Parts: sequence; structure tokens; C-alpha cells
Amino acid sequence: MALPKELRYSEEHEWVKVEGNTVRVGITDFAQSELGDIVFVELPEVGTELKVNEPFGSVESVKTVSELYAPISGKVVAVNEELNDSPELVNESPYEQAWMIELEATDLSEVEKLLTPEEYDKLISE
Amino acid sequence: MINRKGGQVMSELKQTPLYPIYKNWGAKTIDFGGWELPVQFSGIKKEHEAVRTKAGLFDVSHMGEILVSGPDSEEYLQKMLSNDLSKLKINKAQYTILCNEQGGTIDDLLVYKLTDTSFLLVVNAANTDKDFEWLKKHQSGEVTVENISSSYAQLALQGPLAQRILQKLVKNEDLDNIKFFSFKQDVQIGDVQALVSRSGYTGEDGFEIYCKQEDAIYIWENILTVGELEGVVPCGLGARDTLRFEAGLPLYGQELSENISPIEAGLQFAVKVNKEQEFIGKSVLQEQITNGPKRKVVGIEMIERGIPRTGYKVLKDGQEIGYVTTGTQSPTLQKSIGMALIDSNFAEVGTELEVEIRNKSVKGKIIPTPFYKRK
Repeated sequence: MALPKELRYSEEHEWVKVEGNTVRVGITDFAQSELGDIVFVELPEVGTELKVNEPFGSVESVKTVSELYAPISGKVVAVNEELNDSPELVNESPYEQAWMIELEATDLSEVEKLLTPEEYDKLISE
Repeated sequence: MINRKGGQVMSELKQTPLYPIYKNWGAKTIDFGGWELPVQFSGIKKEHEAVRTKAGLFDVSHMGEILVSGPDSEEYLQKMLSNDLSKLKINKAQYTILCNEQGGTIDDLLVYKLTDTSFLLVVNAANTDKDFEWLKKHQSGEVTVENISSSYAQLALQGPLAQRILQKLVKNEDLDNIKFFSFKQDVQIGDVQALVSRSGYTGEDGFEIYCKQEDAIYIWENILTVGELEGVVPCGLGARDTLRFEAGLPLYGQELSENISPIEAGLQFAVKVNKEQEFIGKSVLQEQITNGPKRKVVGIEMIERGIPRTGYKVLKDGQEIGYVTTGTQSPTLQKSIGMALIDSNFAEVGTELEVEIRNKSVKGKIIPTPFYKRK
């Protein structure tokens, strides 16, 4: 399982990447592998305000629907429209091409509460 | 977002004889009605496509087998089952329904006529004990009813190349001679014997193989070896579900239940109200055939973006008219489709309706089933 060192992780299997004051969010390699073939991604509209742990969308595999939860609070400033037509990118490139939303963080320190790669690795190895 | 299996719970699940070798093929297992079974091996979409274009091999050993034997077997089963056994010949199989007094479905199953006085009933795994109890409770005449599930394993080889692959292992039988819904007992597969039936649950040509538990691994490995060039792949329950769904085949617990009759589910072909014997549930089913059922299982294709899923509400102009029984993004058709049990007044093909997906009304329309038919 790929676990990039520069990212932080949520217990709900999302990753976040801090780029200045904005934060990119996607789901982890482990998550996509557990879910199987992704066939549908539903994301919020730009401008949506999200509170930490609030559901913001869903990822559907052939078999199941999984909710996505905001790993930190913030305003959605961009969504990856490419996933509408190419949901399989979530399986192929979970950390790069299949980023899902960009948030303008309400409080960047919330990122510090997320799991480090080592902690997340431990979570998924249990 | 992911429900992980807890080790302790999983260890109590039942396993098929093939369980020890799942991992050799990369299986991901799930709890399916108390069984730990592979949901996928290489991936649902890939497995699905292999069955539509080449071949796939499924472990369906969890299915239940009930043997009914004795001189009065046919008479007894005629009273229990909705289809007509009287014209069924030896070595032929029939799809049929076990109904309750209200016309609801206790189970849908296959009956294999082994001899004039013995029949093998192949039932849904989760219903095996319930079916067996029901059959025992209504036992009449000179009949023995036995639950022999634990002595059989079952494999399904499905897809357009299934015959070519299986024939490489079968020397004592030309598989051309086993027609759709026919079977042969004592077919030699390599070094072992099995009952081979041309049937399945995928909408493709293919075979279901009933063998002794101890022969299951041998047959599984040999089919995958001799079929490698043809592109056979091991398949899990995920692909089995999407394949049967596209082919419009019902799944017990979704399109069928004790509260859903076979008429409502569109299975009138398996309900013979004009056969000689009265059968349990007949009067209700007769009424539904005469007046039309109040609810019907229909096919839905989404017009707007969204995937209908089991249990989602179906609305017409904002008013609830039923619910989704199965739905997914169809791998073959590349469309978001579902089956739903709805008020018959709205069941006409072409009718626009809405599916409530996470509190949003998403537009769809009724389309004919099956969604997929092989050429």
C-alpha cells in the first residue's frame, strides 16, 4: 500500500495535502483497494462550507456506497470534475489524479490532529 | 468509510471446501449469509467482463441441496412447488418457487429430476434450513426429505468459452449433448465424477458442476489450468451479482422475499396454476394473475446522474410508489440501472419517475428487463 510521507490521514481513510492555506483531500490507496472498482464519485459544489467530520460526498464501487467525511473544516474552493467521467482514476491514481476537493481551511491547525503516515499505517494493519 | 471484518466474527463463519485455496487467487472475502465467501478475486469489473466474453469460474458450494426421494416424491413436490413437474424428464432441471400460504416466496430454486422417484432441490444458502423445515412440516406420502448440503460442493463455469474449456477435462461425454437446463450424472471430469448441468446465474452459456466436497479443489484447479489460454478467471460473488442483475434474474432477499410473490417479481413462467395438483399459495397467485398484481418488479434506467441502490425510495411526482431492489452501474451496458418493486399503476415502460438518492430526487425511467441478453 502506498502511503506518501508528506500527507496526513484521517481514520475515515481520507488523505490531506497542505498547499499554503488550501488543503487537498482524497481517499487512500488502502481505501480504493478495499472498495474495489470505483464507478461513481459524488462531490459537493464549490462554495460549500464543511465542518470537520461532516459528510461531503460519496464514492461508489460496483458493490457499495461509501460516504466521504471532511477531514478538516473549510470552504470548498475546487472540486475535481474529471472524476465525473473517469471515476476509475480513484483506483488508478488515488493520491494524484483522483484528488477530490480543495478546501480553504478554517483552522489549519486541525491538520495536526490527523494521523501521521506511521499512525495510519498502524490503523490499517490492525 | 469501510467496514472491516473483525477476526473473531469471521472465524465463526462457514467455509466451503475451496476456502483454503482462495488466497492463491487473491480473493477478498466477505460474510455472505453466514458464509465467508470471495466477493472478488481480480476485480468485479474484470471478472464480469471475462464471463461475458470468455469464461469465469465461481465457487457456489454454499448453495443448499435437499434430496427428496420415495415413490410419492413427485406428488408431494407438486403440492409444494409452483412449477409443473409432471412433464419433467429424468436428467432435466426446472426453475421453480416454494411459496407460503400468502403467495409469498419462501425460496426460488432448481429441481433436478434424478430418477422417477428422486429429486435434488438446489436452494439458496441462507434459506436451506428454513426450506428444509418447511418441507418436513408439510411432508406427505411415502417420501424422505434429506438436507445433504454438506456432502456437495458446487462450481459454476460460465461464459461463451465454458464448454470448450470443460470439454478438455470431460472424456466420457460430448457436452453438446447436455442442452440448456439438462444435466448428466456421473460425468468424468479428469479423475473424478460429478453431476454436470447446463445452467447458471449469469445470463451466459455455462455449466454448474456438483461434486463431492473432497473433489472441489481438484476440479477448480484443473479448470483454471486447462482454461488459461481461453482466459478463464476465478470470479466472486460481486460479479455473480452484477451478471445476474443484468440478465434480469432475481436474487432472493431483494427481488424475492416472503412478502413478494413470484407474480409480482415477474416469474409467471414458473407458476403453473393450471396443473392438476393444488399447491401452497396457489389461490393468491391465481388472483394476482387474473387481476394483475398490485406491485411489480420493473427495470429502471437513470436519466440524471446517480446510482440506484437497494432500499432507495422510488417516487412519482414526489409521491412514494416503491423501492429499489437492486441497482448498480452496469459493467456491460455502462449505464446506471436498477430493479425496483413499484405500484403497478406506474409500471409501464417509458414512465418517468424519481429515485431518492441521499435526500435528492434523481430522475429515471422504466425500461424493459432483462437489461442484457446474450446474442
